[in-house]
Amino acid sequence: MGESSQVHGRIITDQQADNITRVEELAYELKVNQVMTRDLITVTPETRMEEALELFRKDRISGAPVISENKLVGVVSIEDLIHCLQKNDLNSTVANYMSAKPVTVRGSDPVIEALKLFVNSNYGRLPVLDSDQTLIGIITKGDLTSGILKALQQDYQEEEVRRYRASHLFEDIESDRSSLILRYTIKQGDFMRGGAASSAIKRALLRLGATPQIARRTGIAVYEAEMNLIIHTTNGGVIRVEIEPDQISINVYDDGPGIEDINLAMKPGYSTASETVRELGFGAGMGLANIQRCVDSMRLESVFGKGTSLKLKISLPNKETVGEGNSTNEEE
Amino acid sequence: MNVLDLITLINGKLLNQNANLTREIKGGCGADLMSDVLASIQPEAVLLTGLCNPQVVRTAQMADIAAIILVRGKVPPQETIDLAAEEKIALISSPFGMFELCGRLYQAGLHSLEAPVSDPSCGC
Repeated sequence: MGESSQVHGRIITDQQADNITRVEELAYELKVNQVMTRDLITVTPETRMEEALELFRKDRISGAPVISENKLVGVVSIEDLIHCLQKNDLNSTVANYMSAKPVTVRGSDPVIEALKLFVNSNYGRLPVLDSDQTLIGIITKGDLTSGILKALQQDYQEEEVRRYRASHLFEDIESDRSSLILRYTIKQGDFMRGGAASSAIKRALLRLGATPQIARRTGIAVYEAEMNLIIHTTNGGVIRVEIEPDQISINVYDDGPGIEDINLAMKPGYSTASETVRELGFGAGMGLANIQRCVDSMRLESVFGKGTSLKLKISLPNKETVGEGNSTNEEE
Repeated sequence: MNVLDLITLINGKLLNQNANLTREIKGGCGADLMSDVLASIQPEAVLLTGLCNPQVVRTAQMADIAAIILVRGKVPPQETIDLAAEEKIALISSPFGMFELCGRLYQAGLHSLEAPVSDPSCGC
């Protein structure tokens, strides 16, 4: 195993144990050539077993591919050496003890292929070939395990690093008032992507260190508003989210057609939505009431024929601020 | 009960392979109206629904839903499956109908995570 494939002192936490299904996913995503050992130590059929023994000892390896005229012809392993030692036959050549016609994998195969071969056989290592049948590396069970662990750790660290960076966003910036503004343009009638902006906003809040409750309330309110833009507007609209450490201000606006009677629109159950929209599970007249339930303040202004603006605020109590490295906001 | 127990209980078929099967289910909610779900469901519930469009997954993501069951063996469009895979939320298809599924889950110890309507004048 090369040095790069070593994983140091790793403790598996509950959260990582939850990632078990990610391991299965990685077994299909990772390719053999991403986890194999590339620096090959090879022997030839004419190499004497005594030399092979010395090579294994010196380089601390337990097997080596056997090459003749640039072609893979076999694999010689430590078991073959033991066999040879028992017979006191170290003067003999590799050709007499190697396993000829070894089972191989392709570099472009997903690691699951190698895994299957290891499980169904007692091979300790598999030579890796490219599409021209040229030997490009060797893979052991150890390479597989550490390759997958490394990929998992990388996944985990990427999200951790993102979260860490974002959750300290406001700490080192000096101003009388700092804020982060996110803008999303929403297309009318785009049901397939409906909710994509809300999804991005919820994720951003969690990275900034918002509590799951705050992220959920904001997500639901913005999602209903986003669906309203998709369902009811003439040309779509814009979602603008301003995030400050102690409050989230959301403005959702469009340029038409506007709401004829705001009081009626606010009444739960009142709807002007079409049958198609209702079939999608929306347009039951619950949206605005739902939004109001999730936010601390809501202002709806509309000029019929001109457009609508919805302003929402969610305040973050002292201990639940975002972007200031608040450690009490860890997700459950 | 976790997602894997749930799948066994309802003869379910998991449609996205990357879901977290050990995620704990704390209760249930059955509805086809997504606004109803958003208004009433509490976190970590399983959602039973006959609706198959991607909005089901978006709703699940916003409302912290632990798993989605599509009733009567419905097969959703690929967009829905792709989104469930992206958000890593278990999307399960079960041959049973909504009534049978609610009964089975309730009998297995899952309780309702649907909050009552706060405004009784709601006409829906």
